[in-house]
Amino acid sequence: MAFDIGLALLVLGVGAWTVAARDTFAAVVGFVAYGLLLALVWVRLAAPDVALTEAALGSGLTGGLLVSASTRLRRAETRAVDERQPASLRLAAAVLCTLVSAGVAAIVLLLPEPAPTLAPQAMVNMAATGLGNPVTAVLMAYRAIDTLLETVVLLLALVGIWSLAPDRVWGGVPGPRHQAEPDGLLTFIAQLLVPVGILVGIHIFWVGSVAPGGEFQGATILAAMWILAMMAGLVDAPAVNRRWLRLMLVAGPAVFLTIGLTGFAVAGSFLAYPEPHAKLLILMIEIPVTLSIAATLALLVAGPPERAPGR
Amino acid sequence: MTEATLYGLCSAALVGVGLFGLIMHPQPLRKILAFNLIGGGVFLLFGAVARRGAAAGLGGDPVPQALVITGLVVAFAATALAVALLLRLFQETGRATLGSDG
Amino acid sequence: MSAALNGLTILAVCAGAFFFLAGTVGLLRFPDTLSRLHALTKADNLGLGLVVLGLLFQAEGLLAALKLISVWLLALLAGATVTQLIAHTARPSGPQA
Repeated sequence: MAFDIGLALLVLGVGAWTVAARDTFAAVVGFVAYGLLLALVWVRLAAPDVALTEAALGSGLTGGLLVSASTRLRRAETRAVDERQPASLRLAAAVLCTLVSAGVAAIVLLLPEPAPTLAPQAMVNMAATGLGNPVTAVLMAYRAIDTLLETVVLLLALVGIWSLAPDRVWGGVPGPRHQAEPDGLLTFIAQLLVPVGILVGIHIFWVGSVAPGGEFQGATILAAMWILAMMAGLVDAPAVNRRWLRLMLVAGPAVFLTIGLTGFAVAGSFLAYPEPHAKLLILMIEIPVTLSIAATLALLVAGPPERAPGR
Repeated sequence: MTEATLYGLCSAALVGVGLFGLIMHPQPLRKILAFNLIGGGVFLLFGAVARRGAAAGLGGDPVPQALVITGLVVAFAATALAVALLLRLFQETGRATLGSDG
Repeated sequence: MSAALNGLTILAVCAGAFFFLAGTVGLLRFPDTLSRLHALTKADNLGLGLVVLGLLFQAEGLLAALKLISVWLLALLAGATVTQLIAHTARPSGPQA
């Protein structure tokens, strides 16, 4: 319990520092630390799947995105650093935020006793899905439509980012060209880490059916490895008008949607799995979805096109 | 006080701190950071609710946990889109602030 | 037997925590970037190694022990690389600057 109090105070402290820091880069570093501490909190809340997702996605990929953004915006930083709001606005905002916090705290303290839970129903029906991890069962079987819509939302965000390209580089290559130094440090670690990372990513995806893990965590690691290879200059980002890239991105949601629609024919409703083949169908969905999400996440970090396409 | 209640109260404070940062900072990148802080707090609230639902041999209710995973992924997508919009704004206008006169 | 293993774990993890503390003190007290990086890398790698050593006594089976050691090696690799990259940014011209 003392450990939990200390951890909660630490999370609050780092969060407050992220808000209060003067320098934007310092605030971003504080945010990455905040994300990693939140992953610890998730472990304490007996949610290892969420801890993996928070550490990889909430802290890792988001941190990388924000660090590169804060570096590019540093020129604007010097002009904006002198803007301070008047004290009256600060006081009013503080009062409002205290009220909101008090409201959420009241919600927490007035939660119903005994706590309502869906855990027994999740466990009872898990044998029919053939899975061993209840969170994966919720994601891929009980609430599969949420996961399907989530993959589509990721694609929509990517389309939104691609549409920000200026006309002259429409459909072009995202991000600046990273030069690969043959004896450089980044090249060395990319060559060493990317194969290991791909293995770890596939392992976490595969083991997610019976242990903490799953497709989102594995896809995040695969995306991070592609981003590392791009940053080290080992591979160049593909032009976004390439057909193979677009096919890879839509393969996941398309397969998901197809299997969902065939659920009408074979099992009675959308995204229903016929019981003897449930595990196989879930696997057939998960593999393209993992690849698509990995590609989508990597391209979300790469950003809008900045160089004209080759052909 | 159980650990679920403790982290629930922590999430309430995080929402307040993030909201303060969202209101006070004129730079959009700081607002995006503060918005992610609020998001982390809200997900923690889900986590506290999930922890209270421990039953049937599990440490927590798996349904809110799965919802949080979905939420984390969507929050990342929204952050990526927001950052791309901000960088494009900076490219076009040379300013990256929503201050009063700029 | 398990009491002895638990005692060894506590000893190793406490020693590792002490090295992490030393590294953080170095981060806060040293004057410039390069010396801070030096303190941080040396102390943190040793601290992590001691913590992993302590946890090895608690691992169930060879596979879990190998996973712990690979965690340590990956953290070592990442830490060394990032330290070199930061140092190169802080002082790009080399030792004679």
